[in-house]
Amino acid sequence: MAHDKNVDKAKRRFLTHVTTSVGAVGTGVAVVPFVSSMQPSARAKAAGAPVEVDISRLEPGRLLKVEWRGKPVWILRRTEEMLATLEADEPGLADPNSSESDQPAYATGRTRSIRPGILVLVGVCTHLGCSPLDKFDTGGTVGQVHDWPGGFFCPCHGSTFDLSGRVYKNVPAPRNLPVPPHSFKDDNTILVGIDHADETGKA
Amino acid sequence: MEKFMQWIDERYPLTETYNEHLAKYYAPKNFNWMYYFGSLALLMLVVQIVTGIFLTMHYKPDARLAFESVEYIMRDVPWGWLMRYLHAVGASFFFIVVYLHMLRGMLYGSHRSPRELLWLVGMVIFLCLMAEAFMGYLLPWGNMSYWGAQVIISLFGAIPYVGDGLTEWIRGDFVVADATLNRFFALHVIALPLVLAGLVFVHLIALHKVGSNNPDGIEIKKNKGPDGIPVDGIPFHPYYTVKDLVGVSVFLMIYFAVVFFMPEFFGWFLEHDNFTPANLLQTPTEIKPLWYFTPFYSILRATTNTLLPYLAGVALVTMVLAVMAVKNLIGRALIVGATVVFIAGLFTLEAKFWGVVLMGLSIVLLALLPWLDRSPVKSIRYRGWMYKTAITVFCINFLLLGWLGTQGVDETKTLLAQVGTIIYLLFFVLMPVYTSLDKTRPVPERLTK
Ligand code: HEM
Ligand code: FES
Repeated sequence: MAHDKNVDKAKRRFLTHVTTSVGAVGTGVAVVPFVSSMQPSARAKAAGAPVEVDISRLEPGRLLKVEWRGKPVWILRRTEEMLATLEADEPGLADPNSSESDQPAYATGRTRSIRPGILVLVGVCTHLGCSPLDKFDTGGTVGQVHDWPGGFFCPCHGSTFDLSGRVYKNVPAPRNLPVPPHSFKDDNTILVGIDHADETGKA
Repeated sequence: MEKFMQWIDERYPLTETYNEHLAKYYAPKNFNWMYYFGSLALLMLVVQIVTGIFLTMHYKPDARLAFESVEYIMRDVPWGWLMRYLHAVGASFFFIVVYLHMLRGMLYGSHRSPRELLWLVGMVIFLCLMAEAFMGYLLPWGNMSYWGAQVIISLFGAIPYVGDGLTEWIRGDFVVADATLNRFFALHVIALPLVLAGLVFVHLIALHKVGSNNPDGIEIKKNKGPDGIPVDGIPFHPYYTVKDLVGVSVFLMIYFAVVFFMPEFFGWFLEHDNFTPANLLQTPTEIKPLWYFTPFYSILRATTNTLLPYLAGVALVTMVLAVMAVKNLIGRALIVGATVVFIAGLFTLEAKFWGVVLMGLSIVLLALLPWLDRSPVKSIRYRGWMYKTAITVFCINFLLLGWLGTQGVDETKTLLAQVGTIIYLLFFVLMPVYTSLDKTRPVPERLTK
């Protein structure tokens, strides 16, 4: 057969190309279900229910950690002294106005909260996802910040955040800690995962 | 017996294979102790697979059961503690062996022609081994396992546009969760070991095609006797099989000493924070990967905004050198264009993205060694002071980066890691220059000793 002079080479080449292409397309299509099977499952996607948190026993200056969508969410009851540090932090911050950061429209500004006394944050570092530690004791050096005014410190690569979760300059984390959608059911109950309805902040 | 062998050989090339790869595979006669590490790496692969199979008989890949099942292996399974320590300590020893194996290559020029492909296959093995160890580390579901995986998977999130989707796809959830543990188990116990075994096979075939290099960096195949056998070659079996057995014995003594008397090795081989179960609300106070990842981890951490201008400087140096090396105009234009895009990117994209890029680059650069090294000689024995200095600085710097990666961050340590990162890059970028300027000594015809 190989010596047959009457072989139509062009036809042979055409057939080879067609079979190869069909085979390649088939393989490509076959890969799709395998790759897609690794995406979050329907069950994982459904597990996003809001969380109700009772803050009646949360003392001033203390942090409460709850779990929402598998992530740590922090609720901090800020004292007057804590709130007073926020303005002085600003020259050292990377994004003091939170313009590049992730928060609902009702939690912007210096305090990034609905009520200044209650700060709600997703406790996941915007660098690579560690959960920063609370460093509320003032003074000394934390990371590269001297005369520490209190805030959060990420142990993984040393990012520092102020008491509004705003990130300092020259640390690996690029953005402020996100504020999750949240609202007040009543004075002592926070709903994490449900947006605050009243834009004025008077829940 | 003879008849039996004949019967086999007519149906399977058994004697032929035995001769080609052992009894009549001629290796240079001057191998030193640095040449043990290849066979030791093979030994460690076998140890990991065997101990791994027995661990899998008791381990449970379920977020609720995993931590407890490892404790069960340690306490209740007969000899379970031995299997686990052999496996966990084995991972560290595997990396010690592989790093020394790679250093051997850099000392004697084993990556140079005609062994470039062998070196590249080795680099792919190294990548797979890192993936294998990383996934294995999640399995005990300790707190360090959990947060280590969280950080490393988030690295992919730094890639613009596709990053977030990619990390969800890797985790199979929005955070590291049961789905992640389950798939890492599948990859760790079957997918990657299969790939590794296949790659090791290809590595050995590539080696036997070109033959081993040696501490003199002389091609023994260039000097063959009238019988067609290299005059400086000796058959692998029995000479090196026996020699390797000595290496194996010494190695096993050290390995077992650690397994039996200090399996945690001061927290370097098994980390203390991993003796508490995963807690998704609480990152360990000091998070660090196992020692074999820390040099690269240091480079990742060192890449902050302050480092970016210096990186732009390194890119410019690279550009100038590349333009000088490439003679045609289009090539030069492409190089300049790429550098401009890169530098523009440095100042627009986040530093965290560049940290990931740099970490990847630090491994890619190793793979490029065969082409960066321009010296007329291979072995360090005949090189001049420049390469000797460069490689010494490189090794010290690598260890320093490794140590820094195990430490918390502060101002001085960050600065040190940044200097270390630049030195790491310059070792490779300047290599074509100093290896071609370096004064070398004449290489003898025959192996020395
Ligand atoms: C090829 C190189 C391999 C490397 C570098 C490696 C590395 C590791 C590491 C670092 C751990 C965590 C150790 C710990 O903290 O206890 C681990 C755990 C584990 N590995 Fe491997 N492994 C390898 C091969 C295998 C193979 C082939 C299997 C199974 C067939 C396997 C099965 C397991 C199991 C079941 C665990 C969890 C039990 C435990 O934590 O002790 N491994 N591996
Ligand atoms: S994860 Fe927080 S600094 Fe890297």
